[in-house]
Amino acid sequence: MISAKKWRFKIEERSSVSNSRVLLTSILAILAALIIVGIFFQFYGVSAFKAYRLIFSGSLGSRFGLAEIVRRAIPLLLCGVGLTLAFRALFWNIGAEGQLLIGAVAATGIALFSKLPPFLLLPAMFLGGFIGGALWGIVPAFLKVILGINEVIATLMMNYMAIYLVEWLIHGPWKGPSARGFAYSDPFPPSAMLPTITGTRIHWPTLIIGLVISVLIYILIVHTKSGLEVRVMGENPEAARYAGINPLKVTLLVMLISGGLAGLAGVGEIAGIHQRLLGPTHISMGYGYTAVIVAWLARRNPLAVIFTSLFFALLITGGDVIKVSLGFPSQMINVFNGAILFFLIGSEFFLRYRISFIGRR
Amino acid sequence: MGWENWIISTFSRSLAYGTPLLLGTLGEIYSERSGVLNLGVEGMMIMGAYSAFTTTYMTKNPWFGILVAGIIGGIFSLIHAFTSITLKANQTVSGLSLTMLGLGLSGVLGKGWEGKPLPSTIPKMIITPLNSLPVLGPIFFQGQNLIVYFTLILVPILWYILFRTRIGITIRAVGESPATADSQGINVARVRYVCVFIGGILAGTAGGYLSVAYRPAWTEGMTAGMGWIVIALTIFSFWNPINGMLGAFLFAALYHLSFRLQSYISPELLKAMPYAMAIIVLIFVSRGNLQKRVGAPAALSLPYMRGED
Repeated sequence: MISAKKWRFKIEERSSVSNSRVLLTSILAILAALIIVGIFFQFYGVSAFKAYRLIFSGSLGSRFGLAEIVRRAIPLLLCGVGLTLAFRALFWNIGAEGQLLIGAVAATGIALFSKLPPFLLLPAMFLGGFIGGALWGIVPAFLKVILGINEVIATLMMNYMAIYLVEWLIHGPWKGPSARGFAYSDPFPPSAMLPTITGTRIHWPTLIIGLVISVLIYILIVHTKSGLEVRVMGENPEAARYAGINPLKVTLLVMLISGGLAGLAGVGEIAGIHQRLLGPTHISMGYGYTAVIVAWLARRNPLAVIFTSLFFALLITGGDVIKVSLGFPSQMINVFNGAILFFLIGSEFFLRYRISFIGRR
Repeated sequence: MGWENWIISTFSRSLAYGTPLLLGTLGEIYSERSGVLNLGVEGMMIMGAYSAFTTTYMTKNPWFGILVAGIIGGIFSLIHAFTSITLKANQTVSGLSLTMLGLGLSGVLGKGWEGKPLPSTIPKMIITPLNSLPVLGPIFFQGQNLIVYFTLILVPILWYILFRTRIGITIRAVGESPATADSQGINVARVRYVCVFIGGILAGTAGGYLSVAYRPAWTEGMTAGMGWIVIALTIFSFWNPINGMLGAFLFAALYHLSFRLQSYISPELLKAMPYAMAIIVLIFVSRGNLQKRVGAPAALSLPYMRGED
């Protein structure tokens, strides 16, 4: 029981929470964040209404804008789905950004140097990207389960390491002779480029992979024994130990998949959009971090990630619009992200507990 | 004389680079000792760096800049305190959002400030006659600034408060067993708020040190992961300010020594070194300590609700 000076409230734990209440709370959290950011716009000297109108009309209002939303949603979807699985096991993988970059590195290596026959090149790049991201992801998994090292720090540190690895490659060994002094790799051969929907930048093979995988991960979590083990370990570690669930096995599994999917996102960006390895901030612009919120807003449900990744893709696309037309810095998306995440976790209090007003003292 | 100069410059630079790490670590030790894990250090630091820079630019007074940095860091930390203590939210996610918010806000607000020169910065000091001491003189008493000394003095004070006073017992009790502390009449929430606030002030000050003393300039994302290294150092310190000091300066020394490899390793890979070192440092302290995590507050990152335990 919490009592303020005069007002008295009673706080009780709810026994169950309905889906509609979860949805309503999430929407309210988003609205609250939009209002806060709106005040910030105003403070910055831009009318909040004008900014939001530009964000929504610029993204939803044209064929080009809609296509941009979808292409931005692809990496968020792949990273976000993987993170729902990791978060279910209470493994705080903040390293999707680095895993994505390593996927891009692996795909570039295969595209430029493998000399595989053209029809095998793209499948090999996707496979290589998955393995690269997965390897980058299971290192912190080992560190956590065997040595007890905090995975938030380990995955974050490995993001920075991945960033500088890419920087080194494009300034050093992989710097393309045809790049004329720019820090790029050589462009990929045509057979290493993903097809796009005409007139857009939507590399549809990656989109289909993402959609199929979100369904598969949902089935894995809800309908398989491994999924059950993941859930038990996340919800009740004590019970997991008594049930003989091997934490190393479960953690490795979720990070293999989570890291691998982020790696696939990297392959999609590199083979579908850029067609060469370039600066890390150009490859990803923080998809791996935004995916944390994508997964959290989806309440760790891989199917819901399809919608939440589209929502954040809308914000990123709209952010680009106000960047061009109002000269607003691109860091704005991080302010959105932080505010929405705060309101989301804050609102969980009202989901978990029922607060009733008792009266004045 | 080559060797002597070499040692002197390494130590002197370690002191300068280790100071913000130490400030952040001291604050995080207090926050975590009270049971609140704050992963928002990076966000609080960058907000401190931004506000110190802009304040100094406008008032021409770097000390005022440092003061504002500490206040902003403290205010920022209260957001995390509110969600994690009052709303009992997940502390990992809350801290992460604080970091995102800090990086985002400072990036947006700081856009027009990049590349501007500061009218004045925290002066480097020469303390005579101590600076003529052999070896120690040039390391400690020449070219350092007041914040470095302030931080060094803070270490024994914060250690003493934490382990030798009633206040320290209260803080540690709240971090070990909030239910017991509560039954003794301790206001758990209040203690935690104060400790998180202290952590915020010190992290903000650390950020201010970076932008108006260490390398006076503002660039977006200039803390470059130092906040996360602070979290690693807090674990490395076993939540003890004295160990925190050793860890921060050891880390800073290794960081500078790695730059001696410049002629063998490319600059990009060298930049990845501190992050690899942070993981290696954690590997070293974790060895064999898995069962008895020395000093780790038992209730770390667990929200406290009366009547739950």
